[in-house]
Amino acid sequence: MTSAFTQAHITYAAVVPMLVVFGAALVGVLVEAFLPRSRRYWAQLAITLVGIVASFLTLVLSARNHKGVTAGAAVVIDGPALMLQGTVLVISFLAVLLMAERFDLSAPDAFTQSGASVPGSPMETNAVKLGATTTEVFPLVLFSIGGMMLFVSAGDLLVMFIALEVLSLPLYILTGLARRRRLLSQEASLKYFLLGAFSSAFFLFGSALVYGATGIIKFGDLASSIGTVTGKDDILIPGAFLIAVGLLFKVGAVPFHTWTPDVYQGAPTPVSGFMSTTVKVAAFGAMLRMFYVALDGLAWNWQPVLAVVAVLTMAVGAIFAVTQTDMKRLLAYSSISHAGFLLVGVVALNKTGLSGTMFYLVAYSFTTLAAFGMIPLVRSAGSEATHLSQWAGLGKTSPVLAAVFSFLLLGFAGIPLTSGFTAKFALFSGAVGHGATWLVVVAMLMSAITAFVYVRVIVLMYFSEPNGDTHVLMPSALTGIAVTVGALATLILGVAPAPLLNLAQHSALFIR
Amino acid sequence: MSNFPWLTTIGVIPLVGAGVVWALPKASARGSRVVALVFSLITLVVGIVAATQFKTGGGHGQFQLTETHSWIPQFGVSYALGVDGMALTLILMSLVLVPISLLAAWNDVPEGGRREQTYFALLLVLETFMIGVFAATDVFLFYVFFEAMLIPVYFLIGLYGGPRRQYAAVKFLLFSLFGGLIMLVAVIALYQQGPGGDHGFLVTTLTGLHMSTTTERLLFVGFFIAFAIKAPMWPVHTWLPDAASESKPAVAVLLVGVLDKVGTFGMIRFCLQLFPEASRWATPVVIILAIISIVYAAIAAVGQNDMMRLIAYTSVSHFGLIVLGIFALTQTSVIGSQLYMINHGITTAALFLFVGFLIARGKSKNITDYGGWQRTTPILAGVFLVAGLSALSLPGLNSFVSEFLVLIGTFQRYPVAAGFAVTAVVLAALYILLMYKNVFTGPKQELVAAPDGTLALGEDGTRPRTGITTTLFDEPEIAKDDVPPEARVRGSAIQDLNLRERLVAGLLIAFMLVLGFFPKPALDLLRPAVDATLQHVHVHDPAPHAGVTTEGSSK
Repeated sequence: MTSAFTQAHITYAAVVPMLVVFGAALVGVLVEAFLPRSRRYWAQLAITLVGIVASFLTLVLSARNHKGVTAGAAVVIDGPALMLQGTVLVISFLAVLLMAERFDLSAPDAFTQSGASVPGSPMETNAVKLGATTTEVFPLVLFSIGGMMLFVSAGDLLVMFIALEVLSLPLYILTGLARRRRLLSQEASLKYFLLGAFSSAFFLFGSALVYGATGIIKFGDLASSIGTVTGKDDILIPGAFLIAVGLLFKVGAVPFHTWTPDVYQGAPTPVSGFMSTTVKVAAFGAMLRMFYVALDGLAWNWQPVLAVVAVLTMAVGAIFAVTQTDMKRLLAYSSISHAGFLLVGVVALNKTGLSGTMFYLVAYSFTTLAAFGMIPLVRSAGSEATHLSQWAGLGKTSPVLAAVFSFLLLGFAGIPLTSGFTAKFALFSGAVGHGATWLVVVAMLMSAITAFVYVRVIVLMYFSEPNGDTHVLMPSALTGIAVTVGALATLILGVAPAPLLNLAQHSALFIR
Repeated sequence: MSNFPWLTTIGVIPLVGAGVVWALPKASARGSRVVALVFSLITLVVGIVAATQFKTGGGHGQFQLTETHSWIPQFGVSYALGVDGMALTLILMSLVLVPISLLAAWNDVPEGGRREQTYFALLLVLETFMIGVFAATDVFLFYVFFEAMLIPVYFLIGLYGGPRRQYAAVKFLLFSLFGGLIMLVAVIALYQQGPGGDHGFLVTTLTGLHMSTTTERLLFVGFFIAFAIKAPMWPVHTWLPDAASESKPAVAVLLVGVLDKVGTFGMIRFCLQLFPEASRWATPVVIILAIISIVYAAIAAVGQNDMMRLIAYTSVSHFGLIVLGIFALTQTSVIGSQLYMINHGITTAALFLFVGFLIARGKSKNITDYGGWQRTTPILAGVFLVAGLSALSLPGLNSFVSEFLVLIGTFQRYPVAAGFAVTAVVLAALYILLMYKNVFTGPKQELVAAPDGTLALGEDGTRPRTGITTTLFDEPEIAKDDVPPEARVRGSAIQDLNLRERLVAGLLIAFMLVLGFFPKPALDLLRPAVDATLQHVHVHDPAPHAGVTTEGSSK
């Protein structure tokens, strides 16, 4: 360690995508402050979408050609970082479209008009009367996206922690902003916040222990020095596991999964879709970097633990999904079991596992986002009909919705010719190559159970009689585009996955 | 012409047909079945033309009519099609059975409209997958078809089946998926045993690999479980009776007659060819399971009252024979099994469809609801008897040839197993003839016919008591006075087979007779495939003094 301070050199060309997103978010805050309410919706939507597209373009045109370690090793722009940042941006674009859906209202349909007021209070009534809108969701989303992009490219423990907070805090707020069943939404928000704060604390504490053992926070140096540290295993290994707790919480792995169903159910549905996709991408990106780069030398310690966590996650997700009666909770448990499958790829600790995990993340995100995008369309008595029984007979009353949703479910189940199948194949090839065949066998058995869950929904939609009070809204182009893209991606990645696989394989190299 | 993509063409035509059927405007929805039939006939014609391009002599490599394109090079997956004699005959059988089934399914969806279009479109999609699964020469591609096939069948059972269709459809799907997922692990692991590369999943690449004994055995088990569920063998057969009983007869034909063949086809193509050592290791267990299937299912069939379930059980029994022949690994038995796959397809199709004709008239699947129908519907009774006699392997009909080959081939190596298997023949006579007796023979029932020529139901929706037997072994002892008065009026108005149904019956019976008296073309087509298979497994026929006419394979 040198005593003199040297200014870190920043390769702006590599980090410009993040800067664009954060910049757009700041502009969004200004718009929120100065523009009249009536114009905010379109302005915010435009800024957000343009920001995301611009960020993606800079990612492809500039950052891609400036791979490397930058900002004093605080940020690492390498293949996995770029691929996952790109994924986050594309999925976020679609998620923003879903959030902006208004149906026939004047404000986004999923969000309350006045998040700060007590549900049912005169203040809320007054705010609604005055035409309040919740357009602040757009800058919040942008901040969260920026945090995610930093999360997957963080080069040391502190930046990773900061990124974790930047991506999480907006989500806590977004969770509490549902227009309907506001108390449930606020409860979910509080729950998410408290547990999230705990997990962040675990992450920080673990970082402190690792720093205590090695005196290093940079991942690259950590990787090379872990092998040389002796006699400090008693703080190094607990440190590594505490960090893992923080990351496993974010992906919703057992035993840190309990928040997932409550939060997914309580949050506005597009936000649930956003959380279950981009957050997973970001958190798995960070986890891959942590385990494949920083803690590579401790593989003997973490691999078995992670394998057990993977088995538990798959099993709990699959088995509890069977008993669910609420569509959003069902998808939540399904996302838990998918997190378990992804962990199988992480455990593999080889290049195939890395590229397989990244491919799976992309494939899964498209399918999940489309599925969450369709839930708000099914209505009963003015609010979302999320109880499974309310979906009965949709195959007869709205054949298109039922067909698309069934297709997505088959994708989740991993039936060939959907992306779910190629993704599973890519993921599990890595695990089999690593010798963790038993893990793959368990994963397949759990897949069979989850398949039952999905098939049950199809049975409900097609083979049961419709029940009277459910109707389906006609979505605007916003939802239409998002769902179409998600469903098409599910099909295309199932039939012609070669280009994306190619990309994932070429991206599967961490820079230390 | 040799480079023309015959197999792709055969596969695409039904898919296009499905699109056309589905896209027909509502006004011409009734035309969907005609369109579907036309497309299936075109497919059949193209299929026959393709078959003429197939050379039966030696020296053509294992597969002919091949097409190979890179599909997902990262996984080593190719879009590779090709057929040997076995695959070609199975494809031809499928191509024949689809139009026949469509013809038989003419009035399956009487309400018409979108629902009818979807029904026929799904049947055509299924035809595409059936061709693909038999033609795939890439293990991954095979798996894709193997699994994707489940979806149309699932909807065909679940949307158009009987009262317990939900249960049957889900059970079918879960059993198949379970087997498929286990096989997927084996598929992944198999690739990693092989040389890899862009075409690492080709069957020819993966044949003759050197792997450790344990690995080979585990992989074999992974594949075999999936195929045993599909075939289906005891103890994983329980989905079949439910699925067959709840589905429409035409769907049952394709399900049992064609799709289940994928199981036995897979055993020959993948288990034997890719894991020869493990196959020999597993033979005792497989043969015991096959014997249990044969005997258990035949006994279960005797006890069924639901005719569709009864036929499903006969199929389980016959599949046991096929598997027995495959794993007995003599030239005679393997060729017998392959021929049996074809014959079983035709015989089962006939049984399911004729029972379907009966059910359409009598509105019940239960044997005890019938009796004396020979006098009401003599032609139906006649063709049903022929189909039944084929099922019990009467000489001169198709099944006899194949069953005899299987038994005699098995006897060369496993005389005891063959001895047990012979009981199937006796039991077959029992279940077929008892069913025929209880349904068709006996005094003429005076039935009330509805205006459409089917049985009229009573006011409360129940059938008038026409049948007599409470158990299968009872003698009919009904006095005329016992027949309820409303059941005595216009029995003769129940119509016998109409022209369309006669056409279906005639075609099927013609096939039975041709294959029964002149199986040589089929055997010629199959023989090189059998030789190749046995060569992969490195077995020789035991003791040539048994007087076998085949020349015996050598290494």
